[in-house]
Amino acid sequence: MRALLSRELALALRSGGGAAQGLVFFLIVVLLVPFGMGPEPDALARVAPGTLWIAALLSCLVTLDRLFQTDWEDGSLDALALSPVPLEAVVAIKALAHWLTTGLPLLVIAPLLALTLQLPGQAYPWLVASLAAGTPALSFIGAIGAALTLGLRRGGLLIGVLTLPLYIPTLIFGARCAIAAADGQDPVPALALTAALTLAILALTPFAVAQILRIQIR
Amino acid sequence: MSLWRYANPVEFMRLSGRVLPVLTAFTVACLGAGLVWGFFFTPDDYQQGSTVKIIYLHVPAALMAINAWIMMLVASLIWFIRRHHVSALAARAAAPVGAVLTLVALITGAIWGQPMWGTWWVWDPRLTSFLILFIFYLGYMALWEAVEDPEKAADLTAALCLVGSVFALLSRYAVLFWSQGLHQGASLSLDKEENVADVFYLPLLLCIAGFVLLFVSLVLLRTRTEIRARRLRALETRGGAA
Repeated sequence: MRALLSRELALALRSGGGAAQGLVFFLIVVLLVPFGMGPEPDALARVAPGTLWIAALLSCLVTLDRLFQTDWEDGSLDALALSPVPLEAVVAIKALAHWLTTGLPLLVIAPLLALTLQLPGQAYPWLVASLAAGTPALSFIGAIGAALTLGLRRGGLLIGVLTLPLYIPTLIFGARCAIAAADGQDPVPALALTAALTLAILALTPFAVAQILRIQIR
Repeated sequence: MSLWRYANPVEFMRLSGRVLPVLTAFTVACLGAGLVWGFFFTPDDYQQGSTVKIIYLHVPAALMAINAWIMMLVASLIWFIRRHHVSALAARAAAPVGAVLTLVALITGAIWGQPMWGTWWVWDPRLTSFLILFIFYLGYMALWEAVEDPEKAADLTAALCLVGSVFALLSRYAVLFWSQGLHQGASLSLDKEENVADVFYLPLLLCIAGFVLLFVSLVLLRTRTEIRARRLRALETRGGAA
């Protein structure tokens, strides 16, 4: 299992900057917001937490189609399904690797970008905390969409249609935490809910995804 | 003699062919009577005026929009457990009906909301969860269209239906949390109907019955179409191979 994780990480880091792609996308989405909103600091500060959360969502989405697609095409997915490691664990490790390469870097640059969006100072730790608590769920939910659209010719668009509605609960709780912190309210309840939701999703989605993959492989 | 007999497409076609005309007649009768009664023979509400009458479309449509998804969920489960093709096709047939009913509920709600709340749309939990439900329907239909192998399509959409149901519930509570106390959520709920005077209540019941019948007959009709389309495709591929 550790070998699988290091393989996934190596593939993500090497193959044409799959990991950097998400990060750059995040940067660009956040960059576009001041152009669309106008550069008034007050307006930006109001939308900053939500913007960062939505940008995280989208950058997770753009890297999702690679999650199973390449392994499916070259047949390694069949090999993984036949390996002694349960398919559920394979799914969990792949999703974890996806988070390590796309979600984790976002945590690092999110405060930097929050600075450009004039996020109030007391909200920074909470923004990072909410992203840390929420983004793993994004990778795991995304695995559902990636598995469902495996092998489709125009899966890229469909993956968004299927996955984004599933992101709504995570987005609501996660953004709520950052917003509450920015408004000077108590962000802990929202953070706790985000974390609880993420834990439930981490526990359950591998089973659903593995089942979908079995349908796809059959 | 069991219900599962009708999971056989031939049996299903025979039975549904016989039931459908009767069902359609009942639908027209219920819906016609309910709507005419509701629109022309009930007094205007003392507060809302004649706008209250949209309730005869809005409430039944909203009710069936959710029930359509529940029906799809049950059909998907049956498909997963017993692998009856009719069940999968019925779920597929129900999705567009459910989507249209959701849209009807959203649009009639907006038309009622404009004069009553002074706005076409608010991000109220009830409204927002319906919009999410509508997106779920769209994704479900899109997945059916996208996957070519019908067997696999049935499996994948059934999986999506199950996952979607869990997340639809989650979204509902998330949305409640999100805009808690911001707006009057329950102003249209069924709970309130108990307070509605009998003059409104009886035609509303008739309309709800009409919508249930309408849903059932549309799903039967569309399931029959799906079965025929599949037969046609089977014939075509067989002809192409020969």
